[in-house]
Amino acid sequence: MLRKLLIGTALASGLAFAAHAEDVKEVQMLHWWTSGGEAAALNVLKQDLSKEGYAWKDVPVAGGGGDAAMTALKAMVAAGNYPTASQMLGYTVLDYAAAGVMGDLTETAKKEGWDKSVPVALQKFSVYDGKWVAAPVNVHSVNWLWINKAVMDKIGGTEPKTFDDFIALLDKAKAAGVIPLALGGQNWQEATMFDSVVLSTGGPEFYKKAMNDLDDEQLKSDTMKKSFDNLAKLVTYVDPNFSGRDWNLATAMVIKGDALVQVMGDWAKGEFNAAKKAPGTDFLCYRFPGTDGSVIYNSDMFGMFNVPDDRKAAQVALATATLSKSFQSAFNVVKGSVPARTDVPDTDFDACGKKGMADLKAANEGGTLFGSLAQGYGAPPAVANAYKDVVSKFVHGQIKTSDEAVTELVKAIDDAK
Amino acid sequence: MSTVAETSMTLTPEHDTRPSASVRSRLQDALPKIVLAPSFAATVVFVYGFILWTIYLSFTNSKTFPSYAITGPRAYQRLWRWTFESDPPSSWYTSITNMGIFGFLYIFICLALGLFLAILLDQKIRGEGVLRPIYLYPMALSFIVTGVAWKWFLDPGLGLEQTLHQWGWTSFHFDWIKNKDFVIYTVVIAGVWQASGFIMAMFLAGLRGIDGEIMKAAQIDGATTFQLYRRIVIPLLRPVFLSAFIVLAHLAIKSYDLVVALTSGGPGGSAWLPSNFMYEYTFKRNEMAVGSASAVIMLMTITAIIVPYLYSELREKPR
Repeated sequence: MLRKLLIGTALASGLAFAAHAEDVKEVQMLHWWTSGGEAAALNVLKQDLSKEGYAWKDVPVAGGGGDAAMTALKAMVAAGNYPTASQMLGYTVLDYAAAGVMGDLTETAKKEGWDKSVPVALQKFSVYDGKWVAAPVNVHSVNWLWINKAVMDKIGGTEPKTFDDFIALLDKAKAAGVIPLALGGQNWQEATMFDSVVLSTGGPEFYKKAMNDLDDEQLKSDTMKKSFDNLAKLVTYVDPNFSGRDWNLATAMVIKGDALVQVMGDWAKGEFNAAKKAPGTDFLCYRFPGTDGSVIYNSDMFGMFNVPDDRKAAQVALATATLSKSFQSAFNVVKGSVPARTDVPDTDFDACGKKGMADLKAANEGGTLFGSLAQGYGAPPAVANAYKDVVSKFVHGQIKTSDEAVTELVKAIDDAK
Repeated sequence: MSTVAETSMTLTPEHDTRPSASVRSRLQDALPKIVLAPSFAATVVFVYGFILWTIYLSFTNSKTFPSYAITGPRAYQRLWRWTFESDPPSSWYTSITNMGIFGFLYIFICLALGLFLAILLDQKIRGEGVLRPIYLYPMALSFIVTGVAWKWFLDPGLGLEQTLHQWGWTSFHFDWIKNKDFVIYTVVIAGVWQASGFIMAMFLAGLRGIDGEIMKAAQIDGATTFQLYRRIVIPLLRPVFLSAFIVLAHLAIKSYDLVVALTSGGPGGSAWLPSNFMYEYTFKRNEMAVGSASAVIMLMTITAIIVPYLYSELREKPR
């Protein structure tokens, strides 16, 4: 009896102690934004939090880069040692949520009205089972053309509105002796370009059914074959040395005027900015021909883990600051992406950023905002990588015809599901 | 230890020193085991324990995280099916055929070149002390450095081809590193460049260990230089061949960083080796079961090659 009483007292005092314990004024953050521009962009968030009295602590990642960070995160979670939040992409958030290690920010979300301001398509990844588990930081979109304006003027080109226009423009560049299309022959770059080709060839409805719903009928349809044919056409305009090239080197070719155009996500704008080039005067940003009105996106998220109670206040502060209008604007101006909520004023953004924000808003309202399959927002990683394999093998000639490509695509995706 | 012995000595002065000696000798007997125990335990857990764990995982349906419910050999069935998909080649088919090409050429060329260089250096030439480190030095570089250096050298837009074009030989054409059918041979070139000097050093040590009397006797019997090497020296180098083969075989099978640094996977994944396949499936595609199964198959392959070879070589030792 006495013993029970003692234990009871001890427990009660323990609980009382926990309840009265000071909240930990610290945010532990796992991320791989360490390069110049990205680190500067993240500094904005650090300052916002320190104003509220929260210290920022980076979780160190050996080796750097997303893969190393994800391996480190896996180890931390397996050991039960959750960070406050981690930079995460797409299906990773859902994987961790399904494993039951994510926190719940629904209360904060309600108070801040995220349901209305964050695009619906993004909520597929930030909300799991009705609970907010992640705060989206930005929206990148991949269906962009980046064009060197001096070269464009030299060859007398105008904005291509259809795929055939685009081919005609590339022909002009070829005739003028410039490399028409700057491409890095790595599988994710080829597949990222193919995302746009599919949207352009089949239209928004087709893209959604084939690339997000993975509908077998659509994947082996003639429209898909036509998309592969169009990709094959584009590949004839790259230089012979494209295989294995990094994306930023391909961007550099456009910046220097060696090449006319690159099809790449809006992170390419960061390279133009770093080279002190201005949109409109030095380079042009157009939507991939035939995809105006639709946006293929990917997005960086801060996944929020199920941390102990004394660290929850810091987590809420981090999430609130991340989705605050001021941070969304300041961060995305630097990063080259657009805000993850549609009600942020666009005053600080350049012309490309303004267009990106307007497009995102329209696509969100019109239901034409789709996840990029190449960037892992269309399907889980196993499927996305199977898709990249097929596209890359088609580009490099292991798969010879578009008939064969379509058969392989269906087989690979079914296998990986 | 000495304290124990001294105490027992002072407490029992009338006895002889046998008890203390036995404690001491028992401790001395146990000392090597005690010293080895931590590293032994670490090896058992972190090598053999995790081998067993990997085998276990390969029979589950683990995806992003390990799952512990056995679901049967589905991962092996998929790998087995992929083994025969040659047109268009599946990633697994590419990986294992590349392993065959790379493993054979890498081991064979390194052995041949290493032996050849060692025999040349063994001719009592002047300046051997300078030449030997020159050949040996590449081994001091990491695979990443080797890979990046050769990547630039072999890149048609930057390296050899570009340079020769500038010198006026414009018909020169060497784009293997960008060619899906030849990219694996560039991995062989870089690998051989790195390891053959080390193999040379091993053979050189072996050659220096051969008794000069045997050579002289053979020469007196009228053996030509070729016969001398063919019939006497090379057979005597057999233990060196064994060591060199083991070193090269494990380097070949664990080659991962060289492929990544040199080709970043090659056009359409055409330079993959099984280790690249394993990493890609386990950590990037969240198909941990398939990754584990491929790791088990790699282990089986190594075992199947190395164990019979070691067995046949080592059992002849006590001649």
